Formats: sequence, C-alpha cells, structure tokens
Amino acid sequence: MKTRYSYGGDEHIFVEMDEEMSLDAFFKSLAMSNAARDADIDGVREICPANASFQVRYDPDVIAPEDMMAKLKELEKVAINAEKRLDTRIIEVPVFYQDPWTHDCVMRFRERHQDPSGTDLEYAARINGYPSVEAFIEAHHSAPWFVSMVGFVSGLPFLYQLAPRDKQLQVPKYLKPRTDTPKQTVGYGGCFTAIYSVRGAGGYQMFGITPMTIFDPDEKVSYLRDFMVFFKPGDVVKFKPVDRAEYDRILKAVEDGTYTPRIADVTFDLEDFNGDMEGTNAKLMEALNDV
Amino acid sequence: MTFEVIKPGLLTTIQDLGRPGYFHLGIPEGGAMDRASMRIANMLVGNPEDAAGLEAVFMGPELKFNHDALVAIGGAEMPVFVDGQEHDCWSSFPVKAGQTLKFGYLKTGARIYIAINGGIDTPPALGSRSTYPIGALGGFEGRALAAGDTVPVGKATAQAKERTLDRNLLAELQKPAQLRVLPGLYWHRLTEGSQKQFFADEWKVAPEADRMGYRFRGGSPMEFVEREQPFGAGSDPSNIVDGSYSYGSIQIPGGTEPIVLHRDAVSGGGYFTIGAIISADMDLIGQLQPNTPVRFTQVDMAQALDARRARAARLDKIRDALKG
Repeated sequence: MKTRYSYGGDEHIFVEMDEEMSLDAFFKSLAMSNAARDADIDGVREICPANASFQVRYDPDVIAPEDMMAKLKELEKVAINAEKRLDTRIIEVPVFYQDPWTHDCVMRFRERHQDPSGTDLEYAARINGYPSVEAFIEAHHSAPWFVSMVGFVSGLPFLYQLAPRDKQLQVPKYLKPRTDTPKQTVGYGGCFTAIYSVRGAGGYQMFGITPMTIFDPDEKVSYLRDFMVFFKPGDVVKFKPVDRAEYDRILKAVEDGTYTPRIADVTFDLEDFNGDMEGTNAKLMEALNDV
Repeated sequence: MTFEVIKPGLLTTIQDLGRPGYFHLGIPEGGAMDRASMRIANMLVGNPEDAAGLEAVFMGPELKFNHDALVAIGGAEMPVFVDGQEHDCWSSFPVKAGQTLKFGYLKTGARIYIAINGGIDTPPALGSRSTYPIGALGGFEGRALAAGDTVPVGKATAQAKERTLDRNLLAELQKPAQLRVLPGLYWHRLTEGSQKQFFADEWKVAPEADRMGYRFRGGSPMEFVEREQPFGAGSDPSNIVDGSYSYGSIQIPGGTEPIVLHRDAVSGGGYFTIGAIISADMDLIGQLQPNTPVRFTQVDMAQALDARRARAARLDKIRDALKG
C-alpha cells in the first residue's frame, strides 16, 4: 500500500491509499480523513471519504495549496497508528431478488450488456462460477457487507463484501451505462454492491430491489426524520431475501410510517475479522437475533 | 409577492450559490452554473449576491408578475420583453403587477440568470434554495419550474433601484473557448502521447451537456499505460476503485469522450480522471452551447491561482461599479 497525493484542480486534494480495494485501505482512508477533520484546518471546506481514498476540498484563498498538502501528509503518521476498530451498527436490509421491476429494466437495456441473451443475474452467476442463479443469490446474501463509501448520488451506499478475496463476487459494469434504474435497485459493479437511493442513470448489474427507503428529501419516513440519508461509512449490512408478499408488506409499512429497520449495535475490529472471518461474521449477524 | 409561470422554457430552475457540505453523502453543491452572472444579476436589482434567482438554459421562460418588481437578466444574451417592450440584459428594469416577462431567441451563451428584487423565497433545503432534481431537493418542490407554478418572492430591499452594468467589465469570450486544466488525479494512466494529444486536439461540446456534467467529442481516443487492473476496479482500463470526484474533474469513460463534472456533479464513481478545470473557468462552461469548439489548455498551480485572483478582481470591480 503506497499513499498517493494529487491536486484536483486548485480547490481539491485527492489522497489514494491504494489502487486496489481492501478493508485495510478503507480503514487507513477513514483514519486519515477523520484525522483531517479533527485537525480542524482553517480553509478546509469539506472532507469526502471513499472506498480506498478520500478528498479534501479547501479554499486556496485561505490556505495555500502546498501548505494544505503538507498538512495532509503530516496526518499520515497519525493514521498509521489509529486503531482499526469501529463502534457501528448492523442493519438488516430486505431484498426482493429477481423482482419484476428491475427485470423489466434489465430487458429494456439488453443491448448495453456484455451478454444480451440472458439476464444480469444469469451472467453474474456464470462468470463467478455458480451453477445456478439461486446459488449465486445465496452467496450474495449469506455474508454481511460493509458500507465503504456513500455517494455518487443522494445517499447511495457502496458495500464491500465481508469475505475472503477468493470468495468475493466480481462483475463488470454495463458496457454502456443505462439511462434508467428503478429506485432502490440492488446493483453490482466491480466488487461492490450499491443500493440506488433514487431513480436514475446507472451502470451496475441489477439483482433485485429493496422496499426500504434509504433517501427521503422530505424527511417524512419514520426512521429518516432526523436526516434524509440513511447510510454512513462503516455501517454493516445483512441482506435478507424476501418474496413478493413480504416486499409489498414492508413497502406499505414504510409508507404508513410503521416500519422500523432491524438494527443492532456492533463493534467491527479489522484484526479480529482478518484473523477469523467466519467467526466474526457469525458474531456480527447474531447481534440481529436480539432485535 | 409572487409570479406565475406561463411557460417554463426548456429547463428553468431556481438556483443560488449552492449548498456546500453534503458532497460526502452524494448531494452536490449545485447552484448557478455561471456563478458570476448570478451574482451580477443580483447586484443589479440590489439583492445580496447569494439570493435565489432563476437559471434558464437555451430558452427563456414566460412569467407573469403578481406584484411590482425590479428584475435583471445576466449571463447569455437573449432579447428581453416586458409586455412587448424590449429591455437590455445586464440592466435592471421595472415589471409592474400584471405584466409579463418574455424572451426572444438566444444570441450567445447558453444560460440566462433572472434576478428579482427580494429574491425567490421558496423554502431552503439544507441551507440553499438551489434545485437538485435527482434528489428532489430544494427549488420549487424539488423540481424544475412547470406551467402553472406560483413562485413566492421575498420582501423588496431598500437597495432596489435601476442599475446598468458597463459591459467592458465583463470577460470576453474566446473562440475557440479555452478551458484551463491542471493535470493530476489519474493523469499518469495516460500514455505520454495521449497526454500531449489531449491538449493538441480541438474538441466540441457534445449534446449531452447539463448541470451534472459537460461531455466533449471530436478529439482522439486515449491510450492507457498498460497495467493489470487492481482488485475491485473493474476490467476496463478507464476503471478505478470507486473514489471521490472533484468539481471540474475530467473523466474519460472508455477513453473516448471527456466529461467535465459541474455543479450537480456525481460525488464519486469508478472512472479515472485526468485532472480538473481550474476554478476560474468553471463559470464559462455554463455558457457553452453544444457544438462550441473548445481547446483544453495545460496550466500549473501558480497559473491556476493567478487566474483565480484575476477573476475575483474582476468581480470586485463590478461590485464597486454597482454598489450604492
């Protein structure tokens, strides 16, 4: 892992922990972006953490770019010693896999896909070596996921699979991005699951849909009254497959204001996880049993 | 105090100077694409520079005023009419209750800014009235204006009086348009040949040019330095592990058509970027029509900061000329 610093025009500095994705790179990026926030540097306008990198937006009228750069480089030492442990939460997110709405969208944009003859799930199952779509879906929801970035558009989470690298699912993005994706689509690109918070353009493969609203600009949904965006980096997610009836029930409950997502407090320790992935995952998921 | 939208034009949105601070959650700063024009239009009607006005692209709206107002148009050049009587851009003029504001065909530029004394008074969302339609946030019910909307306007300010801007104070548009670029970010992914070619080629604004990003075409496809794609990035050589994007950054998906991210930028994604347009040239992009020839010019940080200072100094001069 070698840290790389670059200016992004005259108002941004981009810091990349590693070219490839790993939880180590995520934790280092998180530690450095937290250190940058805690340092409260005059002229910093915003800090945007990402999967394996982060970005600082600053005002060059207040702090010279080279001074900003020097201050960030100093913080790297702090970040190396930061503990790789997070007090966070695990959230159960219901997913209706192979739903009719994303299926319709899958078929509408077939000519932009690597394999126009099948569905996104059939393609993803095949290239990841699964004998059936069902087996692939099971692999997608059996291990928990880690929110490593929030962004692209309004509160959209990128989720990284808590699994050994040889078990992690990987699929390419569409050859040409679609102009439409249903709201709350569960999609996949590279090694990341994304939940499309709003309807719009997208390039990730589409696997299913969640009935759970995750962005509400009106802040009317019962669990989004404090803030319109649901996810934050460091959240742990367990996908739960649901059928049409359950999907409809939850959708209505969200609308009626009676839905409460299943959430439990957990601690995620990177060293524990690297030492025993299955055991750590089991413990994380067990926390949901008490909810 | 209100006005009514008779015809909305092509895409007319309420904008101010944006909502910084939520990009880390995927909510962009937004606000007027051409910030200086929005500021000057506000100065002309005696508003604070960050008051909310309208941004209309390519085509003006038709608005019927329900109160006596002072109005100014900045940005693109477009004939302005109040009940058939023509007015100049870059000057404030009165519109009486019951009168209708209308526009002729666009002459130069791409976006007009309509300032009304008192400012548009829709409820702010996350500290700004700017419209972010993707997130249904801000503006008029989170969307662009539509026929039949009745838009609230704030109380008239004591500074309301007719003013005219000396156009010599405005920056001149060059042909082809020059967009200055500070190379960086994933610039090293391009071969030396492609790095040179990018600046040597003449590009044209593509039809897909909006508040989120401006696409360009007509230049040579990029060649990438060979590498094994990093884990999690995706298989195309233009893919990276999804990271944060800078405002003004230039991504080239598939290595073919550069896209410059603008005020309603996506906050991150999986395409490599080759650097960013300098802050001094961001406003100019908002005034480029499709098919406009464009040259990208390489600058270093010192030149970028000089340009930033020159832009601020020009705005200061305009402020001085219009104060009081």
